[in-house]
Amino acid sequence: MKAVFAILLLVLPALCAAREAPPAADDPVLEKRVVRLTSELRCLVCQNQSLADSHADLAIDLKNQVRSQMEAGKSDAEIRDYMVARYGDFVLYDPPFKLSTLLLWAGPFGLLFVGLLGLAVYLRSRRRRLPEAELTTADHARAEAILRGGSRNESQ
Amino acid sequence: MKRFLPLGIFLVLAVFLAVGLGLDPREVPSPLIGKAAPEFRLPQLQDPGQMLGTEDLKGKVWILNVWASWCVACLEEHPILVDFSKQNVLPIYGLNYKDKREDALGWLGKHGNPYTLSIQDGDGRVGIDYGVYGVPETYVIDRNGIIRYKRIGPVTVQILHEKILPLIRQLRG
Repeated sequence: MKAVFAILLLVLPALCAAREAPPAADDPVLEKRVVRLTSELRCLVCQNQSLADSHADLAIDLKNQVRSQMEAGKSDAEIRDYMVARYGDFVLYDPPFKLSTLLLWAGPFGLLFVGLLGLAVYLRSRRRRLPEAELTTADHARAEAILRGGSRNESQ
Repeated sequence: MKRFLPLGIFLVLAVFLAVGLGLDPREVPSPLIGKAAPEFRLPQLQDPGQMLGTEDLKGKVWILNVWASWCVACLEEHPILVDFSKQNVLPIYGLNYKDKREDALGWLGKHGNPYTLSIQDGDGRVGIDYGVYGVPETYVIDRNGIIRYKRIGPVTVQILHEKILPLIRQLRG
């Protein structure tokens, strides 16, 4: 039994063979540019990953596309436009400010404004509920005595 | 007034969450709708010696359906497409996406072939031009070669009858 188990353990690593490494450009400077640009682009198959991080087939194809366009001398902006033309602003992790993204960009400030407004209203109503305490001459005398080092309990 | 505040907050949250549950985050609005269908010229699946290009389809309303033999969700919509193709409403062209030719032919043999023609996009380049990211995808393209509708994911009977058919009728005027 033990021997069978040992053999199984020996065979096991063969099952988890590594996948072929995705192709990389020969030029490390170019490859750096590819990684920098693709980390700003969203993978549409696994939406919470960037193209640079994703190993989905489509992400690998798109990375190759970015690489070959860079090799052909395209600028980052041109490649970004190429992606947006096909997949929309959704591919950009840093989408442009326009009408359709207004809520996205302005929404948090709107929420902040609503919060500040609520705070102001609340503070005003609280001030109305708690009338400011008026200090009498006796209170002043007591405060002075305490400050001078008198016992706090003397008047109680 | 005050005691209803938590109820109010709860209702607002409930509405937002209910709407959020109904949204499909995988369905990204395509920027291609209303734009010219990207041009292609690809070998036919049945007869790779013959090519088919977008210019051959000018003047027709047609459907482009992206499919693959490895695609599980394609099986879901396939019977609907097969039925629809029998009604001969309009030509359905299949873009066989990142597939092996033998696998694709085998798949069509097994499940039926709703396509007027299928073309091979072995490296997925045309798929990228069409913004394909979740096979199956379906496009309705008008007589001037403009994409009028895109469906990401399987076509259902409901979508066919409520979205695609009325659009086709409208496009044919």
